[in-house]
Amino acid sequence: MRISRRLVGAFMTGATYTAALLAILPLAAIFGMLVAKGAGSIDWAFFTRSSVPLGETGGGFAHAIAGTLIIVGLACAIGVPVGVGIGIYLAEFGAGRLGWVVRFVADILNGTPSIVIGIFAWTWLVKPMGTFSALAGGAALSVILMPIVARTTEEMVRLVPNSLREAALALGYPRWRTSLQIVARTAGAGIVTGVLVAMARVAGETAPLLFTALGNQYFSTRLTGPMAALPLQIYVYAVGPYEEWRRQAWAGALVLILLVLSLGIAARWVTRGKRAGG
Amino acid sequence: MSFPFSTVTTPSPRITAEDRWKSLRIVSRGDVVYRIVLTAVALVLPAVLVALTLELVVNAWPAIKAFGPGFFTHSTWDPVASRFGALPLIVGTLYSSLVAMLIAVPLALGVAIFLTEFAPRPLRRPVATLVELLAAIPSVIYGLWGIFVLLPLLRDMIWPVVGPALSWLPIFQGVFYGPSVLAGGIILAIMVLPYVAAVSREVLLAVPPAQREAALALGATRWEAVWTVILPYGRTGIAGAVMLGLGRAVGETMAVTMVIGNRHEISASLIQPGYTIAAAIANEFAEASSAMHLSALFYVGLVLFLVTVTVNALARLLVWRVARGSAVGSAAI
Amino acid sequence: MATRFRSALLALATLAAAPPLTAQSEVRITGAGATFPYPIYSKWVLEYTKARPNIEINYQSIGSGGGIRQFMDRTVQFGATDGPMTDSQITAIRGNVLHIPTVLGAVVPVYNLPGVTGQLRFTSDVLGGIYLGQITRWNDTRIAAANPGVALPDRDVIVIHRSDGSGTTYVWTDYLAKVSADWSRRVGRGTAVNWPVGLGGQGNPGVASTVSRTPGAIGYVELVYALQNRIAYGLVRNRAGNFINATLASTTAAASGAVASLPDTTDFRISITDAAGADTYPIASFTWILLPRQMTDASIARPLLEWLWWATHDGQRFATDLGYAALPTRVVQLIESRLRSISLGGRSVLPANYSGTGARR
Repeated sequence: MRISRRLVGAFMTGATYTAALLAILPLAAIFGMLVAKGAGSIDWAFFTRSSVPLGETGGGFAHAIAGTLIIVGLACAIGVPVGVGIGIYLAEFGAGRLGWVVRFVADILNGTPSIVIGIFAWTWLVKPMGTFSALAGGAALSVILMPIVARTTEEMVRLVPNSLREAALALGYPRWRTSLQIVARTAGAGIVTGVLVAMARVAGETAPLLFTALGNQYFSTRLTGPMAALPLQIYVYAVGPYEEWRRQAWAGALVLILLVLSLGIAARWVTRGKRAGG
Repeated sequence: MSFPFSTVTTPSPRITAEDRWKSLRIVSRGDVVYRIVLTAVALVLPAVLVALTLELVVNAWPAIKAFGPGFFTHSTWDPVASRFGALPLIVGTLYSSLVAMLIAVPLALGVAIFLTEFAPRPLRRPVATLVELLAAIPSVIYGLWGIFVLLPLLRDMIWPVVGPALSWLPIFQGVFYGPSVLAGGIILAIMVLPYVAAVSREVLLAVPPAQREAALALGATRWEAVWTVILPYGRTGIAGAVMLGLGRAVGETMAVTMVIGNRHEISASLIQPGYTIAAAIANEFAEASSAMHLSALFYVGLVLFLVTVTVNALARLLVWRVARGSAVGSAAI
Repeated sequence: MATRFRSALLALATLAAAPPLTAQSEVRITGAGATFPYPIYSKWVLEYTKARPNIEINYQSIGSGGGIRQFMDRTVQFGATDGPMTDSQITAIRGNVLHIPTVLGAVVPVYNLPGVTGQLRFTSDVLGGIYLGQITRWNDTRIAAANPGVALPDRDVIVIHRSDGSGTTYVWTDYLAKVSADWSRRVGRGTAVNWPVGLGGQGNPGVASTVSRTPGAIGYVELVYALQNRIAYGLVRNRAGNFINATLASTTAAASGAVASLPDTTDFRISITDAAGADTYPIASFTWILLPRQMTDASIARPLLEWLWWATHDGQRFATDLGYAALPTRVVQLIESRLRSISLGGRSVLPANYSGTGARR
């Protein structure tokens, strides 16, 4: 009896080890594939040239990379101030009913499919403006970014010890100055981490850009016109039949994952000192 | 010691507790402004949600009027005749998500238990990080990998071996082209696993150590402690984690449309192509050139939205109940 | 940490402000639509803008359905489609559209049958039967009857069609509707139809790539996609009973009959599938660019029309290299008068005696 129970225990332990291995296997497979197929195609031309017509070689992803940077930048410009504001509100004043509602809404928006948010941006920005635009793409991404930044900001601000707040209040600071200068600044690293994590998430989104930024073969910095983006370009090239396109799609995918990873690493690096120092 | 400037003592006025409270409340006009500004900013999120819902309903209205609830029971999606039935889309969405959850949940639970119970301490952080990395990979890259690695693997290496043994089952009937509900389910499972695993792990960590220790004290093996005490204790939260994963699965777009075959048809067989709501919207939205087609897409988008709202609301309630309102589950972001 | 944040912001800002790597253009034209002519349109854009670096023409190849929709929504300045707009769509925009043909193309049945060399022959019955789901195996007697002497494998026919709104689909279903009463009754013609069987691929590229990756598959694509990707495509039997290969000659022949009887007031929405004649390819079609009759954007009106004039005249020489057939002369003449009729704010965009740009700008 003892032995069979031990056996079951050992078996299940092994099973959980297997589960962990199976979970990590696709990660290794995907990364391996990206490096194997993409690394060879990344050259200087990839970063400096834009699309060329079918049948010609030597094209690159410069327009798509720049487009992603611009659109994500736009998303941050809109989403970060609002998100941080919401986060501070929730932490400072969010104990009441409105706070509960806002938190609930944030979680809902967080779980909303990004394609639905793309439709939303199309209805409110593309259609009235009469044109596809990087602005609409950035706005769609900001709707995804906002709830993430709001929730992480709230968490970080909550972590600031009350003693700090009380000290400031005791010294005569009004609440708003306490909140802004002392609390927010102390939580600053954490807030930045949240922003970077959210940026990593939206940089990889394709669906919201399908009918907002549309895509562009040219290098463009015009916010009111269509713009290329890395995930969009990868999608178009991946489903195409041309070897040249697919080669570039893999390279683009590698660049994208490196971008996402570096944002994630930057997020951890920002709080590294904080965690050790406490 | 004498203070040179206070030789005269004035009787202090009676300061009540009330007065002291009042003086702590709102000290300056800056506070009022601050609160108003922040409240206004906080209202942006509910405003966005309301705008989103409104826009979906208003634009779906022509289709709602034209098709009513029959929209969900008819299978014909005919843009030429302007007749739209979304049953294949709904079935496809649910079927692929079901497959995904059946694969992902046991694995995710296994990972969560591994990370909280059985893994040697130095391994815990790295493995947890690696699993979280899965969540960071963009959907389009999963799709790319799905087309060029998973589909050929399934079609050319796995199916020829296991197919003959399984093809008598109705869920494995038919010819396996590659693009299929099964492929969609597998990719979704990989995408959903890190979310379910991360939240489950938080839930398991929130179980009071006393419970575990009590079980061990009564003579349970480590596994028995997990199975009989810890998991049941955390089952509400784990249910929440599963719902969260389900919410992600039904809304996933790019990876699914690249491997599922994009076919408006219902089939019991996993190896036949299918279609999901999100994939259909991605493919048809920019080109629906009749107003009714566009409205039908809004209608089906509204359905998807309502489903994810419900699932997410349920998930949050379950997870909040376990973790008492803290931001557990933000880990799943 | 605040300084770290600030320096990160600074880095991002510098990147965003980096000077673009190509010259800034003053004229930016956006169009969207068919994947059918995408190879020739992108070639035209490249060749035309070589000598005119201040013009940028961004063509998004999203399918004819998308082209029509974006044109109707006025979110692009020109649309492109190989399925002409329906009467109800034209009424919806109050008739403010001109269909300008640009090239002639052919839609070919592509297939992936390892081990089968030489071109397969398809009759209209076979194609209709396959797409209706009535013919399900490659060694079906009907396919064998059209291909005597060819060893057809005993495997399933995997049907591939378009998942997006497609003019190529319009041409294909237009043909099937003409040759099969069954198809006409059950499915009809359109840019997006209720397919009885099959898998969806996104765009001509998507269908081409799905077919080339799936043994046993059959699909339909514009000829250039079959050529560029070296996918096997079949001969199709025309109305006269001959099995015809999609070539320059057979495509042009398909148009000649219809063009000869074209009235001067035509709106160009003509179908040339299943044409009469001994050497006509039965699944050929014009492809059109959609322009508004009354333009509203002064900055792009003239450059856009000039580009189209060039494309329908000088640009035609690039078409044949890519597998498209040039426009017949009579069509070009009629196009000239249509382009001259387009107005902006009440006045014609092009001068009455306009005859091409040569090497202007």
